[in-house]
Amino acid sequence: MNIPANLRYTNDHEWAQDNGDGSYTVGVTDFAQDSLGGIVYVELAAEGTRVSAGQRFGTVESTKSVSELYAPISGVIAARNTDLDAAPDTVNSDPYGAWMVRIAAESSGEFEALMDASAYAAHTAG
Amino acid sequence: MSLLQRTPLYEAHLKLGGQMVAYAGWEMPVQYAGKGLVVEHEATRATVGLFDVSHMGEILVEGPGALEEVNRLVSNDVSKLEDGDACYNVLCHENGNAVDDLYVYRLGPERFFLVVNAANTDKDFAHLQRMARQPERITNRSKDFAQIAVQGPNASALLARVSPGEAIGLPRNKIRVHDFHGANLLVATTGYTGEAGFEIYCPPELAEPLWSQLLDAGQDLGVTPVGLGARDTLRLEMGFPLYGHEMDDQTSGYEARVGWAIKPKKAGGFIGGEALLRLQAAGLPKKLVGLELLDRGVPRADYPVLHDGVAVGKVTSGTHSPTAKKPIALAFVPPHLSALGTELAIDVRGQAKRAVVVAFPFVTPGSSFPQ
Repeated sequence: MNIPANLRYTNDHEWAQDNGDGSYTVGVTDFAQDSLGGIVYVELAAEGTRVSAGQRFGTVESTKSVSELYAPISGVIAARNTDLDAAPDTVNSDPYGAWMVRIAAESSGEFEALMDASAYAAHTAG
Repeated sequence: MSLLQRTPLYEAHLKLGGQMVAYAGWEMPVQYAGKGLVVEHEATRATVGLFDVSHMGEILVEGPGALEEVNRLVSNDVSKLEDGDACYNVLCHENGNAVDDLYVYRLGPERFFLVVNAANTDKDFAHLQRMARQPERITNRSKDFAQIAVQGPNASALLARVSPGEAIGLPRNKIRVHDFHGANLLVATTGYTGEAGFEIYCPPELAEPLWSQLLDAGQDLGVTPVGLGARDTLRLEMGFPLYGHEMDDQTSGYEARVGWAIKPKKAGGFIGGEALLRLQAAGLPKKLVGLELLDRGVPRADYPVLHDGVAVGKVTSGTHSPTAKKPIALAFVPPHLSALGTELAIDVRGQAKRAVVVAFPFVTPGSSFPQ
């Protein structure tokens, strides 16, 4: 299972990357895409939507199931990856490249509180 | 302690990385590691898929009068079958609604083999015992049979390598005895995928060697183990009903659009037949339709179907079709909204997505039985 060391992780299998400019890029992990199976549809909240940490910002649907996406960080959705509209399966083939949204954060504290790679590895092993 | 039953192939599934789930009281693989639902689905349409369906129930009706007995209990005209023939049936309550759907195989003049849904085996057996004239001639033989389905364009080539015999090359709905290392297999040209192929009934102790040999012998034919996930998307693409979704104790076979297997006017009639004739004459309250979603999203069972913003029905099964690569569903709607081309909507978790009534099967399978 691929768990990059430079990212932070949630219990719900989202990853977040610090862009260094107060914004964070968010997607779902390799573990998540493997559990979901073939992803056929990604629905994301519109740009400008305000989300709180833990709040739903979209859904990922595979042939067999539907899963909610939860924001790792509070802020405003500054961008959404529209490439996923036409090619949702890139979440399976490249979970860390197929980002979903960029969140302009209200503070940096929430990112620091997320799990690091080793904590997330332990979480998925349990 | 788990109360779930395991098939003789449980260990084989674990070895293949089967992701085991509870289904109808059984622990069954939903998909396999390194493959997954879509790969397994596509392999069945393109090459050949191997399915453990040992959870299905088997009931035997034997002895003098077996033909008349079976024909009185099920919806299709079993008197038309010759030895080695099979047909699809609905088992009906006296009010016409469905107890189950099942396959009836005529093994001999006084020997009929009924294959029923796993979740309904006990209910069906109790119903048959209650309704039969000679209940002592009906036995639940589910523990004596495992079942492996071999489905797809390469199914015949694969079976010919492991257990050659008469069933290979026959049209659909036949059953023959094949030899497998000195033991007998019941090999039927039936299935639940829309593909040509076989359903093989065998003693439980033969299931593991048969499964392993089919897997080993079929590597160059693209053989793939297939879990319940793809079994469901394959049958849904064909519009085949699944009991508990398109048919249940409150729904008749007419509503589920399997009227072609319901023969109320056959000689002697059958239990529920008269009620079904009355139901048909009075007009069905609802009708099963195929829907294609025009907006992006995936329809799922129990999502409301809307017409002009008002809930008029519900989705019974839905998925993103791996073959057609679009969202499809089966749904119950009022008959006046069931015409092809009717514009409806599906409430996908609060969002009304546009849908249109289309014909099913939704896809053309990758193989077909000889005529």
